[in-house]
Amino acid sequence: MNQVNKQIKHPLDDLLRTDRIPHIWCPGCGIGTAFSSCLTALKSSGIDLKKTVMISGIGCTGRGAGYVKLDSYHTTHGRAIPFATGMKLANPELNIVVFSGDGDLFAIGGNHFIHAARRNVDLTVVCVNNFNYGMTGGQVAATTPYGIKTTTTTKGNSETPFNLPLLAYASGATYVARWTILHARDLTESIEEALLKRGFSFIEVLSPCPVNYGRRNKVSALDTLKLYQEKTIIKNRVHPMELDIDFERGVILGKFVDEEKPTFMDRYDKIYRPMEPMEEEQAL
Amino acid sequence: MRQAVLTGEHFITGDVACAEGALAAGCLFFGGYPITPATEITEHISSQLPEVGGTFIQMEDEIAALAAVIGSSCAGVKAMTATSGPGFSLMMENIGLAICTETPCVIVNVQRSGPSTGLPTQGAQGDMMQARWGSHGHYEIIVLSPSSPQEIFYQTITAFNLSEIYRLPVIIMTDEMIGHLSERVIIPKARAIKTVSRPRPKGRKDRFKPFKPGPNGVAPMAIAGEGYNIHVTGLTHDERGYPDMTVEGQDEMMSRLTGKVRQNLDDIISTEAYRLDDADIVIVSYGVSARTSLAAVDEARKQGIKAGLLRLITVWPFPEAQIRRLAKRVKGFFTVELNLGQIHLEVQRCVAGIVPTFLIGHPGGTIMPPERVVETLRARAKIT
Repeated sequence: MNQVNKQIKHPLDDLLRTDRIPHIWCPGCGIGTAFSSCLTALKSSGIDLKKTVMISGIGCTGRGAGYVKLDSYHTTHGRAIPFATGMKLANPELNIVVFSGDGDLFAIGGNHFIHAARRNVDLTVVCVNNFNYGMTGGQVAATTPYGIKTTTTTKGNSETPFNLPLLAYASGATYVARWTILHARDLTESIEEALLKRGFSFIEVLSPCPVNYGRRNKVSALDTLKLYQEKTIIKNRVHPMELDIDFERGVILGKFVDEEKPTFMDRYDKIYRPMEPMEEEQAL
Repeated sequence: MRQAVLTGEHFITGDVACAEGALAAGCLFFGGYPITPATEITEHISSQLPEVGGTFIQMEDEIAALAAVIGSSCAGVKAMTATSGPGFSLMMENIGLAICTETPCVIVNVQRSGPSTGLPTQGAQGDMMQARWGSHGHYEIIVLSPSSPQEIFYQTITAFNLSEIYRLPVIIMTDEMIGHLSERVIIPKARAIKTVSRPRPKGRKDRFKPFKPGPNGVAPMAIAGEGYNIHVTGLTHDERGYPDMTVEGQDEMMSRLTGKVRQNLDDIISTEAYRLDDADIVIVSYGVSARTSLAAVDEARKQGIKAGLLRLITVWPFPEAQIRRLAKRVKGFFTVELNLGQIHLEVQRCVAGIVPTFLIGHPGGTIMPPERVVETLRARAKIT
């Protein structure tokens, strides 16, 4: 007799710590989709997964490192990037993906982000931007739009949010893109491209947080997905100055930066570890 | 290129000797951030590390410096950072990460006077309790305190060895005086230097449990990129490295983390006794203050006070058993330190009222003059 209840294997199971499922992400949350795109890209990129590491900070997205079946490190709040920097410099053969949230990477960890981009450390940074601190119950973030209600901005956010791709571009990132979790295929392709690219790559993924963000602003996960469908426009190569997030006006997605620049290690090796003794002019 | 061990006789500062000790120990990564009076360690190692095949990076702050050090250690290299008070404060959270994830690394604090910016160019020993308890939660840690440039060279090697053996951060608590003091430092031949590397896993990769302790309470350490697919987290975790949010899980992890130090005290703790055999009065001191205490012991002896010195080479874990034993046969304890009573409190705790305990301390800015130690001993000799 055929086994009726045979569990169907998910194509990403070999990259998941299936013994840690169910995960902590809420129904309607977009992190799982972003995570799944990331795992698909890891597979399709053809990079050596034995030499691939995922590093996360703290927060909902930060739990990503705990579910991926790779060498994975769940570090302190905001410090995934400097941790990754040390790891990459100690072993440049490693492919390192930093998978973390907007609060972790851009508020408490903002300084590390701009410096790693400036140094062009060869990392792939995937930031799931759900516009608030979900893990702690929905507080205002450095990405929360003006006027939005959170548990610490009960009458609406009075601050201006970061334009993340602009920040990445201005800091020197060699690859910058933005997608939403609705654009899973573009997102997967983009992560794959970033993984194969030498240099500091940054991908922002817009994601709903229905339980903490949506609830207080009367938007369901489905409403957010509709916004992602109707109020976004793909414009590759647009100047990052135009990437402020305003769903009234429309939000631009796409790949904005894709440049070649020597990495931190390229330059360090050239100056401090030349294969041949340096000529005097070169040294200058 | 140069050799990692700079064999020969040198006239160098404690800071430079520390950097040379790190290189001799096999350090291949340094994440730094400039701060007086530790800057010279960072400067020296920045120029020398690439010459031995290592990598130096000056990070954007001390938080990032220690994060990078921990990251590099997880990739399998011996790594270090050096700082002073304000930077040390910024490192506290990541010290906890290294403790919880059992990641070997060495942190040097060249102490200056605090609190806050304090006296940036003048030494103190005011961070001794911070070194013990500064990161949140309960933990055990190893802290060494050198008294000379020669000793800081060797202690840096010891610090690396202990951090590798026990898989935890080891802190060297030196001070501005020792850091900036130039003295003769003899560096032996490379074969005379014993270096140790962390225990590494063997056997089937799919069955490996990254936090299952070995015989001495320490788990073998898999590094990133070896194919073990390990998960490492600062959350409370089980032997698989998986988060375990239960009371039992916390209890089990904490016994593992504290047990590996508590069960190996004899191997870890090191002290030095000077004229203690027939002493009535024990001076307990460490770092630069142990040097002035040494002079004070000799002077006190000349004046008929039978003093001796117990110099703490390992400050944490505290040599509790040794102090308790001494307390049974001497008449009193004097702790000499450049703060207003930190290690003194620990001595007081261990002596437990058996004999009187006194503090000879000042809040930093200069060394403790030996005369003041002798005067205090004389004044208190009547009581004891």
